[in-house]
Amino acid sequence: MSLRVLVAKVGLDGHDRGIKVVARLLRDAGMEVVYTGLFQTPETVAIAAIQEDVDVIGLSMLSGAHLTLVPLVVEALRARGSDIPVVVGGIVPSKDIEILMNAGVAGVMGPGASGESVVTTITEATAHQKSRTAQSDSR
Amino acid sequence: MTKDSYEGWNEAYKESRLRDLPFETMSGIPLDPVYGPSDGEFPGVFPYKRGPHASMYRSKLWTMRMFAGFGTATDTNERFKEIIRSGGDGLSTAFDMPTLLGLDSDDPRSLGEVGRCGVAVDSLADMRDLFADIDLGSITTSMTINSPAAVIFAMFIAQAEESGVARSRLGGTLQNDILKEYQAQKEFVFPPRQSMRLVRDTIAFTAASMPRWNSISISGYHIREAGSTAVEELAFTLANGFAYVELAREAGLDVDAVAPRLSFFFNAHIDFFEEIAKYRAARQLWAKWMRDHYHAKNARSLQLRFHTQTAGVSLTAQQPEVNIVRTTIEALAGVLGGTQSLHTNSMDEALALPTEKAARIALRTQQVLAYETNVTHVADPLGGSYFVEALTSEMQRQAELVFTEIMEMGNGSMLDGCINGIEENWFQGRIADSSYELERNFNKGERVVVGVNRFLEGNDDADLEILNISIADEKKQLERLEQVRRRRNDDAVRRCLRDLASQAADPEVNLIPALIEASRNEVTVGEMMNTMAGVFGRHVEHASI
Repeated sequence: MSLRVLVAKVGLDGHDRGIKVVARLLRDAGMEVVYTGLFQTPETVAIAAIQEDVDVIGLSMLSGAHLTLVPLVVEALRARGSDIPVVVGGIVPSKDIEILMNAGVAGVMGPGASGESVVTTITEATAHQKSRTAQSDSR
Repeated sequence: MTKDSYEGWNEAYKESRLRDLPFETMSGIPLDPVYGPSDGEFPGVFPYKRGPHASMYRSKLWTMRMFAGFGTATDTNERFKEIIRSGGDGLSTAFDMPTLLGLDSDDPRSLGEVGRCGVAVDSLADMRDLFADIDLGSITTSMTINSPAAVIFAMFIAQAEESGVARSRLGGTLQNDILKEYQAQKEFVFPPRQSMRLVRDTIAFTAASMPRWNSISISGYHIREAGSTAVEELAFTLANGFAYVELAREAGLDVDAVAPRLSFFFNAHIDFFEEIAKYRAARQLWAKWMRDHYHAKNARSLQLRFHTQTAGVSLTAQQPEVNIVRTTIEALAGVLGGTQSLHTNSMDEALALPTEKAARIALRTQQVLAYETNVTHVADPLGGSYFVEALTSEMQRQAELVFTEIMEMGNGSMLDGCINGIEENWFQGRIADSSYELERNFNKGERVVVGVNRFLEGNDDADLEILNISIADEKKQLERLEQVRRRRNDDAVRRCLRDLASQAADPEVNLIPALIEASRNEVTVGEMMNTMAGVFGRHVEHASI
């Protein structure tokens, strides 16, 4: 079964070149891609992801607000009992990667990431999540 | 071309005041102001392919206009003064995301975005701090603002007049190009036709009372950054320009009262010759269409003048120092293409807003081009190159095909074609297709980006110092806004907003005076925008991949 991915823009940033390119890359790699459009809030992203029953969420962040908004998306998901993994791409300085990972993000892709690495990061995020879920189920 | 071109140029050149320096090579070989056969084309003469002015940089260098804005108005004011001290001669204001979308800093949607991508401006109080100790009568100011352009413009006028500078003396540019927001940049608020009413109001207001002000900077920059090809940038931008001309005409304004105050803003990407051909094609197309389709008579209406910014998307996070080289090549394309104004990106902008040091190097890059290389001595130095001339003609041909397509979407009207094309996602789809094509070429390795998909050695040691905007700036701004809300006269605020709402409901009224009055009473950007949204509605883009 093919992976279902929600790609989303959170906050006020209208730069949608990256997210559209990534959406097409993932689609061409055989994934089902849902895009909810600009100006989403952490809540609307979490609700859409759960409703659409996606395997992974990709957030595109270019406004510098990632340290504020990304953890809020993760919290909004967990508050609804969802463990859908969240991956971030965009203008993220390397010193912020660890902060995002500690906030529960499954992967971060900085500027210049290749199409191949985008597909790999998304796939690995879901594989990692599935093995964790399997482990907790067996306990 | 006839002898007229040479004579027209020669006459204009003789009347031009030149900078006082020897126009010769480093080794002392004297240089002509322009080269070419006497029956050829010349700058400063229709169709202006070779430049809008006869003497070009011999009279006046381009304006070194560095785009800046971050944190609070006071932070940005410091950076502005640093730019002036370093020899920059024009200001260009970057606003933060909430301001670009007409939201106050204390709006819940602004959380985490205040002062981050630009300066936060909520009210006249911020405008005062932004331009404190800067003489707005002597420096020109550009403001990158679109959906709330009329509001910010009104606030700027209110601030300038309060500081003793009459609006007629204000020189500068309002970006105010709403069409490209729907097409590419995506910072929209109101639906397209209601936004165009505000654009009309600013055009009419400046035409009547601000002779030194450019009412719109018709911007291809963002179209290109969003992923279009060079031809699409050229064609969409000029089509948008024609749409604004049609808008002014529909409002009963004379084309020659409006067109001289329209300016353009193009990208300088990394394909050197294509960019130079693009600028030359743009000038010629504009002149021809303005004369033949819009019947402009004033020479200034035909002369396309433009600002250039080097391509942000060409910068890499890997080995960021190499970006200085990319920016230099792109800036040179802008100069050889005859730009009137230039912003050079800083090497660290694939990572964050620029540090002061990085921004200074970017300005120094322009100064090297302007003062060391002698490329400014001769107008249109690549004119007559078989290659560049052929490329210029081909880009014009392709752009005119796009014009035809857009006019068909508008049943003969470029204005309706642009709006219908937006509503049908035509522009957005074309841009997304082009950007994906470019990305596929990159992924296949056909397009090389040094340090990213080839020549990776050295990628590990990029420990560049970058600018941090702390959450403390957001808190500071919220406190400032809170003070304004406490101290202002609430009755006056309510009265201003009531007037604004009733005037917005009457499409015949020009809203700029009401917005100036509201600004003086410290009504906030968010309050004015919400009041107008109550009348105009809000635009929602149909999401598509």
